[in-house]
Amino acid sequence: MTRFTDHQGRPLVAVTGMGIVSSLGRGKADNWAALSGGRSGIHRITRFPTDDLSTRIAGTVEFIEVPLINATELSYAMARETTEEALAQAALSGDFDGPLFLAAPPIEAEWASRFAYADMARAIGAEGNAYERFNAVLRERADPDLHQSVLFGTISERLADRFVTRGLPVTLSTACASGATAIQLGVEAIRQGRTDRALTVATDGSVSAESLIRFSLLSALSTQNEPPERASRPFTRDRDGFVLAEGAATLVLESLESATARGATILGIIAGCGEKADHFHRTRSSPDGGPAIATIREALADAGLAPDAVGYINAHGTSTPENDKMEYLALSSVFGDALASIPVSSNKSMIGHTLTAAGAIEAVFSLMTMTSGTLPPTINHDVPDPAIPLDVVPNVKRDQTVTSVLSNSFGFGGQNACLVMMAEPA
Amino acid sequence: MKSAPHDVVVTGVGIVTCQGVGRAAHESLVTATEAPQAVVDNATYAPYPIHPLPEVDWSEQIPRRGDQRQMDQWQRLGVFTAGLALADAGLKDDADACATMDMIVAAGGGERDLAVDTLIIDEAANHNDRERLLNQKLMTELRPTLFLAQLSNLMAGNISIVHKVTGSSRTFMGEESAGISAVETAYGRIRAGQSTHALVGGAHVAERPDMHFVFEAINALAQGDRRSLWDRGGQAGGGIVLGSAAAFLVLESREHAEARGAPIYAVLDAVGGDRGPRGDGIMEDRLARMIETVPEPDLVLSGASGLIDLSARERHFLQKTLPKAALRGYSNVTGHGLEAQFPLGIALAALALKAKGVVPPLADGERKTTRQANRALVTTIGYVRGEGIAALSATGDRP
Repeated sequence: MTRFTDHQGRPLVAVTGMGIVSSLGRGKADNWAALSGGRSGIHRITRFPTDDLSTRIAGTVEFIEVPLINATELSYAMARETTEEALAQAALSGDFDGPLFLAAPPIEAEWASRFAYADMARAIGAEGNAYERFNAVLRERADPDLHQSVLFGTISERLADRFVTRGLPVTLSTACASGATAIQLGVEAIRQGRTDRALTVATDGSVSAESLIRFSLLSALSTQNEPPERASRPFTRDRDGFVLAEGAATLVLESLESATARGATILGIIAGCGEKADHFHRTRSSPDGGPAIATIREALADAGLAPDAVGYINAHGTSTPENDKMEYLALSSVFGDALASIPVSSNKSMIGHTLTAAGAIEAVFSLMTMTSGTLPPTINHDVPDPAIPLDVVPNVKRDQTVTSVLSNSFGFGGQNACLVMMAEPA
Repeated sequence: MKSAPHDVVVTGVGIVTCQGVGRAAHESLVTATEAPQAVVDNATYAPYPIHPLPEVDWSEQIPRRGDQRQMDQWQRLGVFTAGLALADAGLKDDADACATMDMIVAAGGGERDLAVDTLIIDEAANHNDRERLLNQKLMTELRPTLFLAQLSNLMAGNISIVHKVTGSSRTFMGEESAGISAVETAYGRIRAGQSTHALVGGAHVAERPDMHFVFEAINALAQGDRRSLWDRGGQAGGGIVLGSAAAFLVLESREHAEARGAPIYAVLDAVGGDRGPRGDGIMEDRLARMIETVPEPDLVLSGASGLIDLSARERHFLQKTLPKAALRGYSNVTGHGLEAQFPLGIALAALALKAKGVVPPLADGERKTTRQANRALVTTIGYVRGEGIAALSATGDRP
């Protein structure tokens, strides 16, 4: 272990730039002011009619201009903005010249496109199922814009071109753990010594009627629509589901050695990553919390940090009955009695669940928690769940300096990823 | 504490294409004396020819009917083929090995419910508030489980459930590049000592009008009766003939494989991926840079998609750059497998190297050879973006 290497002799990985967009606003300053002020970004959905739906609220991002209305364009636009912000903070201009790891939502054609193609298909008397008819239209006239909007590689391609990253960018999805996985891939690349820097981006602008209804049919969403800002209430007795949301975050990762050499400001260290898959069920976690426990332990071990050295936990805290219970079980198993004195809060009480972007957005907030000396609250915490006796920093922020943070991400498909972040080594 | 890089070896191959199910069917493909018969369905999805899924007994690798029902064909094919790879590596029943195994799946999206989508557009034809109609229909017609069958990362999720592979689970997306990045990432991690054993691969189903819709948006699919891979220039359409195909590989560090006495198919000597503009020979320059450090192969397994201009450019480049190697376009016999295309080429290369095969021409116009394959180069050029190469050798030949 030297100034630039960790307990296993690996290069330390520093964060030198961060950018964020969420329903709370554009950029770190606005987001942090709202988050630490306990303000919610959840609102009534205006993007599509919801009056006949059981869930009518979300944390959509409506203030970013896009040339075409589709999930690919919004996801790209948010990722571009957060990356510009992150690179500016890192004082990196010109070609990025490192790999790009992008967490992006699986995207499909918009229904507006399907309806438009159905109309065109009728006009030419096309037959068959919906797609056979659409294809008959396309054979007469190609639609390159549609094509780009339904390819999974489009967003990373455009980011790679704009910021001139190196090699083949990785586009990944590990469901609600995606943002953390993107960061983990960046850390691995730097530890391998194949690059001094990596661009890690996570974005999700995929809220649509169909995505909302799909989650709704799985009974995953809160239906406490009035008032919207009160719906996400992690760790309370009356929590009833998560709130869909959008956003993006970018972190510029660099080996501490190269960041220091160029005089960059060090915002924090990604000290450890853990991951473990769950084979219990497609949407539910193992009842014993085994995989989540293993993931947290692996992240701590990777960071060389004892459980009682963790200063703050940025919870996955989705506000679903099941997640919050399982997360408490996992935390209490790992931290034991020490948990009573570790504050644990959920950013999702204010920004909702940004799905693909959540792990990275919450990593940015975790790092800002350390640099600001302020713990963001868990809002809407009026009726605590007696079975979850956590210090959730209820309702109001707390001034408290912490130098190490655990951030949890757990998702559908048995996905679990945790990050340990630390303040810059003295 | 940087240690010497670890050799990365292939110890398990799971493969399903229109040519058959499993290793034996494909070993015979790469060791036959004549090009295999094409298995093509020109009619069902006309005007698009496709290479269909062979008959698969899902229960062989997915014993629980309940698990089978939770998936649609795309996820089933991936989970099935992953099981073949684990069994082939002798790890299927090794609970400890599976619980510590890393997994990277190259994924697209699962099947949409064509009946529901068709119903909705039909009812919307005479409806003046389509958005409300959409809400009502989705609420009543969508099966909740279908959402999970469509989710990209649920192929990996189902592999965890069915085969108990839980060391880690990552899903990469982005068409052909997903498969390239999956292999590149697993290779890089094992080489650096960050992982000891990994399951990597992907699956593709060609019998999907909802996916034809993606390709046809730029008129990329061949139309009319399928022609041989390098001879589609005069044919209607864009030249791609999709294939239902899946390939999963078990990759290990040599130490890990030898410690458990696992037979080694081949050594993965190099994996590279890149992207960028393609005009004015820029793509060829990139390919040249990727293969310049790789020892000269005697077998080139090209994953050319069939897209007419791009495939011709790739063929020209490979013939010019590697004139002594036997060039084989495997998509001619498997179809284009999108996310699965790159793992598929590596699977075929591993089988050919292990068998010391003299690989027959796989497409019209390919030269016969008498040379056994000892070094293979696999290429995949994305039909829109992304290029990848892998170099394999029988005994290890890292550049």
